[in-house]
Amino acid sequence: MSTSVQLEIFEGPLDLLLHLIKKNEVSITDIPIATITEQYLATLDLMQSFNLDVAGEFLVMAATLIHIKSRMLLPVGEDEPDEEEGVDPREELVRRLLEYQRYKDAAAVLEQREILTRDVFARSATPTEEAGPRGFRELSVFELLGALKGILDRLPQDTVHEVTLDKITVREKMTLLLDLLRVSGSLYFESLFAEVRSRLEVVVTFLAMLELVKLRAIRIFQAKLTAPIMIEAAAGMDEAAVQVVLDETEETQNGA
Amino acid sequence: MEREEIRSTIESLLFVADGPQSLQRFAEVLDGVDRETIQSILNELQTELEAQNRGIRLAEVAGGYQLRTPKSNADWVKKFLGGRPSRMGKATLETLAIIAYRQPITKAEIEAIRGVDVDGVIGTLLERSLIRAVARKDVPGRPFLYGTTAEFLQLFNLKDLSQLPTLKEMEEISLPEIPGGTISLDQLEES
Repeated sequence: MSTSVQLEIFEGPLDLLLHLIKKNEVSITDIPIATITEQYLATLDLMQSFNLDVAGEFLVMAATLIHIKSRMLLPVGEDEPDEEEGVDPREELVRRLLEYQRYKDAAAVLEQREILTRDVFARSATPTEEAGPRGFRELSVFELLGALKGILDRLPQDTVHEVTLDKITVREKMTLLLDLLRVSGSLYFESLFAEVRSRLEVVVTFLAMLELVKLRAIRIFQAKLTAPIMIEAAAGMDEAAVQVVLDETEETQNGA
Repeated sequence: MEREEIRSTIESLLFVADGPQSLQRFAEVLDGVDRETIQSILNELQTELEAQNRGIRLAEVAGGYQLRTPKSNADWVKKFLGGRPSRMGKATLETLAIIAYRQPITKAEIEAIRGVDVDGVIGTLLERSLIRAVARKDVPGRPFLYGTTAEFLQLFNLKDLSQLPTLKEMEEISLPEIPGGTISLDQLEES
């Protein structure tokens, strides 16, 4: 007998079982356990042949199914006085399936409601999708510090100590960085420091970058661990630009 | 304050409000105006916006009132706002449904129902503030008990938890009697 199984993404063993029960048009309360077990195992094989990671839960359920199947083959009540007479070995499984089905239905009902930012919108509820581009990983501050160290190490060693008078503030760097991003959308972390010559400027640039991350104006990520670090404009960019200008004005006034 | 003036003020408050505002809150701001008047004005506004098929409606969510756009305009609003649609996965929805109906509930209890690990999903739901830890269960390990939040009610357009659609009761689905608890071998071979 050939068993054709359609590969779908199942939420778990119960989901897969419900799918098989529906496909075979049988009742949850009277599962033909042999057929279902066979198809269940075939699906697991298929998942494995696609190199899908078959989670442990699926295997536990497979064992449960086989156990139920074997118990149903045994004559009832004669040799095992302990065994409660008349208890269907499928009962516990049926109970679990019915309960799971209940919440699956409930989830479907919830999904049909008027969902905020999908069906209905409120003034303060603009969708804020802050997740990075697909397939990219966000960096931790430690990884950033590592990258910073690399840049500092590459700076020419000061043989003569030179007193520079140009004052670069973190705020100026923030504005500069935002301007750059407004033009290009994204840039390499390394390129930020391409023309930087002093340690002070490296540190100021770095702090400006962190400040902008805090304001959610930019996002820092890389494709994979060894890939170059990227900086990208994010949702809070315009707000941050205004904030930087405001802070600056305030500072100038206080200083005057 | 004249009724017309109160009505106008309530409209303004609804417009500037960040999130649903309770009747209590309106009463606090509009001192001297009784709750009955505010309630009747809110009802009036709600009916009117609905009847005139307006582009904003007054929704009763999370124990308060909030101006929201009608579903019929969703596509245009989405186009205007841009950004990717925020879709909720099956696993997230199922877990959320279990928590909503069974709260307070522990992670282990959710896992018993879903038959799979829910660590990741719980993390996402906590992050999105749709659930929160409400207490610890008095069992070994003292696990967290989770419940839904006001954000959950807002997301699903619910006034309160009692508005959740009733679950199909398990008792309604009766198990068929199996005589002697056996199944004939013919039946098994057939399948």
